[in-house]
Formats: sequence, C-alpha cells, structure tokens
Amino acid sequence: MSAVLPDAAARMLSIRLGGGIWRLELRTLVIRIVLLALLLAVGGAALMSGTYQLDPSQVLSALSGGGEGTIRKLVLEWRLPRVLFAVLGGLALGISGAIFQSLTRNPLGSPDVIGFDAGSYTGALIVMLVLGSVSYAVIATGAVLGGVITALLVYLLAYRRGIQGFRFIIVGIGVSAFLVGINSYLLISTGIQEARAAVAWGFGSFSALGYEQLVPFVLVLAVILPLVMLARRGFAQLELGDDAAKAVGVDVERTRLTMTVLGVALTAIVTAAAGPIAFVALVAPQVARRLVRAPGLDMVSAGIMGALLMLSADFVGQRIDITVGLVTVVLGGGYFAWLLIREGFRR
Amino acid sequence: MTESHTARLRAAEVTIGYDRRVISTDLSVDIPDGSFTVIVGPNACGKSTLLRALSRLIDPEKGRVLLDGKDIHGYRAKEVARRVGLLPQSSLAPDGIRVADLVARGRYPHQTLLRPWSDADELAVDEAMAATGVTELAGRLVDELSGGQRQRVWVAMVLAQQTPLLLLDEPTTFLDIAHQIELLELFTDLHEAGSTLVAVLHDLNHAARYATHLIAMKDGQVVAEGSPGEIVTAELVEEVFGLPCVVVPDPITDKPSVVPIGRVRPLREH
Repeated sequence: MSAVLPDAAARMLSIRLGGGIWRLELRTLVIRIVLLALLLAVGGAALMSGTYQLDPSQVLSALSGGGEGTIRKLVLEWRLPRVLFAVLGGLALGISGAIFQSLTRNPLGSPDVIGFDAGSYTGALIVMLVLGSVSYAVIATGAVLGGVITALLVYLLAYRRGIQGFRFIIVGIGVSAFLVGINSYLLISTGIQEARAAVAWGFGSFSALGYEQLVPFVLVLAVILPLVMLARRGFAQLELGDDAAKAVGVDVERTRLTMTVLGVALTAIVTAAAGPIAFVALVAPQVARRLVRAPGLDMVSAGIMGALLMLSADFVGQRIDITVGLVTVVLGGGYFAWLLIREGFRR
Repeated sequence: MTESHTARLRAAEVTIGYDRRVISTDLSVDIPDGSFTVIVGPNACGKSTLLRALSRLIDPEKGRVLLDGKDIHGYRAKEVARRVGLLPQSSLAPDGIRVADLVARGRYPHQTLLRPWSDADELAVDEAMAATGVTELAGRLVDELSGGQRQRVWVAMVLAQQTPLLLLDEPTTFLDIAHQIELLELFTDLHEAGSTLVAVLHDLNHAARYATHLIAMKDGQVVAEGSPGEIVTAELVEEVFGLPCVVVPDPITDKPSVVPIGRVRPLREH
C-alpha cells in the first residue's frame, strides 16, 4: 500500500457531473469505504448483542419495521438511538478535532485538550449543583454555554494581532487546568448524592439517551455540517499560510472565525447530550490522516474515523460496564503517551 | 521622470504601514502595463509593504490601490485573485502534498462549489508546470524537493492562477546564484509572453539586468523610477543605499552594472 505512484492521474479518481469534475484520491476513497464497512459491522454487532442476544435476521426485520413487537422495541427504541448517537457524535467530534488541529497547525490542538470540554463540564456543573436543575435541556444549555464561553475566553486571551496556533493551545491548556480546579471545587462543596450524579455526567455516557435527545442533536448537526462543507475549500487554503491564502482569494479572517464557531458548536452539542467525551477529537483526525496520507487534514475521513472510534468505544464500554467517556480516556491516554514519546524522540 | 503609461494596477497617494507604524505616506506608484517592474531599495524601505498593498494583503490607511480603475478593496476577493497573482515571501506547503496538488491550489479563485474542478483547471495546471519545468516532478512530495525546485513549484502555483498581473515578493532570496538566474530568466519568458510582472529584488545587478521598469525606494518614498539604463547611476546608488560605487556596462547585456568601491586597497603596480 505504501508504493509511491509517480503518475498523478493514476492515483486520482475523477467523476464528471454537469460542468464540473469531482476529484478524489483513490487511496482516500478506499480508506473511507473500509472505515464505513467497519462502522457498519460494529453497528450491526451493537444492535445484535446485549443482555438479550439477537441474530442478524431479527435485527434486519426489526429495522425494516417487521418482526416481534418486543424485539422491535429493543432494537429501535433501546439500541438504535445509542448506536446513532455514537456514530453521529463521533462524526461531530472527529470533524471538530480536524478543524482545530488545522487552525492551530498542531496535532495537540483539539477541543478537548484546549479546555472546551472542561468548560462544558463547568457549565453543566453550575446548572446541576449551583442552580440545582436536573432537566436535560437545562443541563445541555449550560454545557453549550460553558463550552462556548471557554472557547471565547481562550480566543480572546490568545489573540494578539490574529491567532497563532501554539499560543492558542498553551492558553487553552492553562484555561483547562483552571476550569478543572473549579470543577473539583464545585464537586467537593456539594452533597454526596448530587456530586455522584454530577460525576457520572462528567464521564460521558450514552446510556440515558433516547430519541428525545437525539432529535434536537440531529437537527443542529444537519445545520452545522453543510456550513462546514461550504467553508471547507477556503479553509483548506489556509494551510498554505495566510498570505498565500489571501492571494488566491480567501477571506482569511472570516473563514477562520466561521470555522472556529462551527468547531466549537460541533463539540458543544455532543457534550451537551452525553457529557464530555475526551480524545475522540484528538485521535480521530490523526489516525485518519496517517491512513489516508492525503495532504492536510481530511475532514470527511476524520469524521468517519471519529464515528468508528466512538461506536467501538461505546461497544467495548457497554460490554465491560463502564461509560464510553472512560473508554476513550483510556484509549486516548495511550495515544497521548505515544505521541509525546514519539515527539520527544524526534528532538 | 514619469512617462504617461496605462497602468491597470496603481497606488494613489497611499499611506501604508503595520499596526500604528507608518511606512509610507502619500505614496503614488504606477505599474506600467506589460512591464517587468522591479522595486529595489535598502532593508525596511517599504518595498515589500508596497507590494503587499498592491496585492490587497494590507489595507492602506489613506489613499487607494486601484485595479482597473476601481478600488482593489471594492472587489470580491476571488475577483482580485483572477487578475492579480502573488508569490508571497513565505508560504507553507501542507504536510504530504504532492507537486501537482500544490500547483492545483492556485486554481481556487476559478472554482465554485458546484464546479470544484474542470478541464480548464487541468489544462492550467499542466501549462503552469510545463512553463516552470516541474512537469517531471508532478507526483513528487513537495517536502522532498530542493530549494530551487520548491520555489519553481510555488511559481507554478501562482501561474496556474492565470492572472495577467504577477507580483513576486523577493522570489530569489533563498536560492543559490544559478537558481536565481534560472528563475529570473523564467520571469523574463513570462514577461515576453505578455504578463505584467512586479518583483521586489535585493540584487541591484539582477534588477538592472532584468527589469524593464525600475522603482528605487528609500524611507517609504520613491526616489527614482524609469528604465534601468536611465536611472541606475553611481549617484542614485549612493543616495539610496549609501554605497559608494561605480556603474559600468554589463559585458553581456550592456545594461548598467553596479560595482561597489568598498575600502579600496592600492593596486599593485606592474
């Protein structure tokens, strides 16, 4: 697979449609198809297995609206929303990670590392513990606000005649540490029952989610994703440096701000629904990039990779009875160590 | 000093600078159509700043940069990018990008959401790579190329943009002498093929040899402009650079050539 094909035409797939041509690297296409197949396989397994084991035909008939009533209920109402959440949430986090890693030009520049997750948790904790609300919608709003305010804070603190990636990350890590302290304080200074529930939220879990949460999530995602796709081409030109991007006609500052807002939104809606889920945004774009080997960050592949990672993490977590957030922390911790060691040896 | 040219690109009494630091005040410059204009001057004289203003990279505090008679900031960004190409002083190649893909990035202003790539794009990329002699490198990774090859690839990217006006900010600075000349010859070919070029160069002899129109700047102002044969004199070099020198005809082209005097040691008598 690692052979270098010298002929540009041989590794590029062109599809003619109307007056335009859509081009895609052959390798990218193959990787995406393989990842999608894996996603389908894990998704199928997740629908089949559980305390009550089903076979493929039962799942398929339940999905197509047939079969026994109890099985249909089990598949459609219990297992399917969870699978859809894992897939779409992973997609959102993978794309969000790709956006921030591209903005900061740094593999560490993902929303969970630069404090947006910690900020969402702070927002949720304030709602749960200080305001004493248990309503899902209110907690979700608190989480979104917390994430957005944190992003704004990091952006403003790091702003000095434009945003420079490394400063953004350092400021983000600092803000994140500060927020983790606040979160601990909020948890310590409350009753043990409330703290227990709040801690559980902080591990990130899909187990309490149903269509009630899925529908608003999907609606928001359906607004954000097309906007990301619209801004994507100009955003990719930023990889050439600001001057070169401007010279080919990209409105650099506007594109950067648009993508920051969309990236924050993508992370915030996942956190709002399921609690902070670390490391998917950090890991997915980098793994996808190593597989695809296309220049720059490929958002589509990063999104599919994120979906696969999240679904697999939830699948594993469900089997050994821990939350998806804990699985991704363990997976991500290993990846983080590997990245640091590798960077360390390169110096 | 000034002749009457037509100029699609000109700066009209612009005050330009960065942050609050003003570099040039009330500067007016015309880029004659069809010229190979070279801007020279000592470090920090404002030559790159002028080029950045001409290419819409910075906004003048006062005055206007006019492209085809209209304020350059009044156009849509892509519209400007279809008329004016810029080779910036420094650019970054995305990790793992191949030559043909980087050159294709120059087609951005010609593309739309529903027409991300076209036969015209393909042709423009092929022509740009052929003109810069990088066709053989099309499938190579940009990171693996030598400095001279890489600069030719960046030039190819700007050519793929297919703009009648080309601005080049210190295009030869990090290259060895052979690659510098190779690139300047390439620019001359482009000029002869009908492009209007504006380059910032450090080497006076290169400027005098290749420019058809020379602009000498000092302290943010134009000190002299015209054809190199008319304006390159020992007095001008002394005035602009503070460098005592003699100007002699270049033995190959007969264009003016600057020879610094330096600290002259007595010649040994024969």
